[in-house]
Amino acid sequence: MRSRRFIAPSAALWLLAAALYFFLPLVATLLFSLKSNATGKCCTIASYSWVIHNGDFWHTIKISFLLALETIVISLLLFVPTIYWVHLKVPRLRPVIAFLALIPFVVPPIVMVVGLLNLYRGAPSWFYAQPWGFLVAAYVILAFPYMFFSLDAGFRSIDVHTLTEASQSLGASWATTLVKVILPNIRAAALAGSFLALAIVMGEFTIANLSAFHTFPLFLQYVNETQAYPAAALTLMSFAITWAAMLSLLFVGRKRGARGAVVTGAR
Amino acid sequence: MPFFAYTILFLFLPAGEVMLGAFKSVHGGYTMDNVRQLFHQPYLNAYKTSIEISAVTAVLGGLAGLAVAYAAIRERTPRWIRSVLTTFSGVAANFGGIPLAMAFVATLGTIGIATQFMQNQLHLNVWQGYQLFTKTGVEIVYMYFQLPLMILVIAPAIDGLRREWREAAANLGASPWQFWRYVGLPVLMPSILGAMILLFGNAFAAYATAYSLTSGTVPIVPILIGAYYQGNVLDNPHLAQALAFGMFVVLAVMMIVYVPLQRRAARWAK
Repeated sequence: MRSRRFIAPSAALWLLAAALYFFLPLVATLLFSLKSNATGKCCTIASYSWVIHNGDFWHTIKISFLLALETIVISLLLFVPTIYWVHLKVPRLRPVIAFLALIPFVVPPIVMVVGLLNLYRGAPSWFYAQPWGFLVAAYVILAFPYMFFSLDAGFRSIDVHTLTEASQSLGASWATTLVKVILPNIRAAALAGSFLALAIVMGEFTIANLSAFHTFPLFLQYVNETQAYPAAALTLMSFAITWAAMLSLLFVGRKRGARGAVVTGAR
Repeated sequence: MPFFAYTILFLFLPAGEVMLGAFKSVHGGYTMDNVRQLFHQPYLNAYKTSIEISAVTAVLGGLAGLAVAYAAIRERTPRWIRSVLTTFSGVAANFGGIPLAMAFVATLGTIGIATQFMQNQLHLNVWQGYQLFTKTGVEIVYMYFQLPLMILVIAPAIDGLRREWREAAANLGASPWQFWRYVGLPVLMPSILGAMILLFGNAFAAYATAYSLTSGTVPIVPILIGAYYQGNVLDNPHLAQALAFGMFVVLAVMMIVYVPLQRRAARWAK
C-alpha cells in the first residue's frame, strides 16, 4: 500500500511535460540573450548593455509607463464613483454594467481600433495625433472589464450603505465620504485593477501599431526585426515586467483569495 | 454620468462605425458589396486560416490543459503542486504578443537553441526551424498562452467533481473508465466546451504574436486589417471595416453558444 501515497505516474508525466513546455522557451531565450552578436557564441552580457545604453529603450518605456499611469488615473476617476453610485443607489444597473464589461471581449482590439481610427480621423490633433489622447482613450476601454470586475468585487465585500450613512451623519460631504471612507476600504481592489491596467498598457501592440504611436511594444518589435540577440535580452526584460505586475496582483489580492487574471490585450 | 458618456464615445460609436462602415460604398450610400467580397479570395482564405488556427489551438490546448489541470488536482498529487501551477498559469497566460514570438524564435527558430541542439547534438532533422514561420509555427506558439488559460478556466470545474460521486460509482461496481464515461465527462462537458470557446476567441482576436512571428506571411484576418492601416494593399477603406465586422460576427456567434453552456456548467458548481 505504500505506493498509493505517491503521485500517479501519468499525472507526473503530464505535469513534467507541461513544466518543460513552459520553461523551455524561457531558458532558451536566456541562453540566446547571452550569445555574442559578433561570433554567435556564449557567453557575454553585451546584449543587455546594448539595451541599457539604448536611448529609444528608455524613451519608449517611459512613454508606455506614463500612458499606463494616465490610463489608471482616468479609469479610477471614471469607474470608482460610478460603481459606488450603482452599489449605493441603483443596484438594478449592476447587471447592465457587467454586461457592458463583457463587450470588449466580443469586440477585440483589432476591431475596436478600426472603428476608432475611422471615427476620430477628423478629430483635433491634440487628441488624434497624441498618444496621451487617442491611445489612452482606447486603453481605458481595454482596462474597463478588469477594472470593473476587480472594483465590483471590492465594493461587494464592504457594507457601502452603513459606511455612507455613518460618514454622512457625522457631517461629511459626498466627496469626503468617497475619498476618506470608501476609497481606503477598496484600496486592495483598486490596486489590483491598476496592476492589471499596467500589464495591459505595457504590452499592448495592436492599437499602438495601427495608429502608429511608438510605445514600448513597438520598440520591441523593431529590435526583433533588426537585432536578434539584444531582442532576446529585451524579451526577458519585458517578461519581467509582466511577472512583476502579475505577482504584485496576486500579492495584493491574497487576502481576498483572488487568483490571477488573464489580460488579453497583448496578443 | 461621465461613465456612460465615455462608453458611448469610445465603445458604442466605434463599434457602430465598424458595423455601418462595412455596408457603405466608396461613393457614399449603402451596399452589400464589401460583405459579399469577404466570401471571395483572398478574404475567404484568411477567415479559413484564422478559424482553423483558433479551432486547432482551442481543441488541442483545451485537451492538454484539461489533462494537466486534472493531473495537478487529482488525489495523491501533493497540494503545493496545484498552487504553483495556478500561480504560474496566471502569469504564463499573460505572456503573449511580441515577446512571446521572440522567445520562440530563440527556441525553435532557424538558429534557435532547441533547433540547434536537435541538429548538432542529436542529429535529428525533423525540425529545420523555418516551420516556425508557417501556420504550424503560429499554432505551436499560440499553445503557450492557450494551455495555461485552459488550466485556469477548467480547474474550478474539476474541483466540482465530488469525491463522493467517485466513491459511490466505485461502490456500485463501476470501473474508472465507466466513472468517466457516465459521470465525470457528462458533468464536465459544458465547462470543457465553454472553456474551449473562450480559447477560440482568445486565438481568433490575436494579432501581435502572428504579426511578429511571420511578418504577415500567414494571412489571418487581423493581419489583413492591419496591413490596410499600415499603408497600402486595399484601396477601399470600407473593406477593412467589413473584415472587422466579419470578425465581430464570428465572435458574437461564439458568445451566443457560450452563454447557455456557462449556465449549464453552473448547475454543478458548489
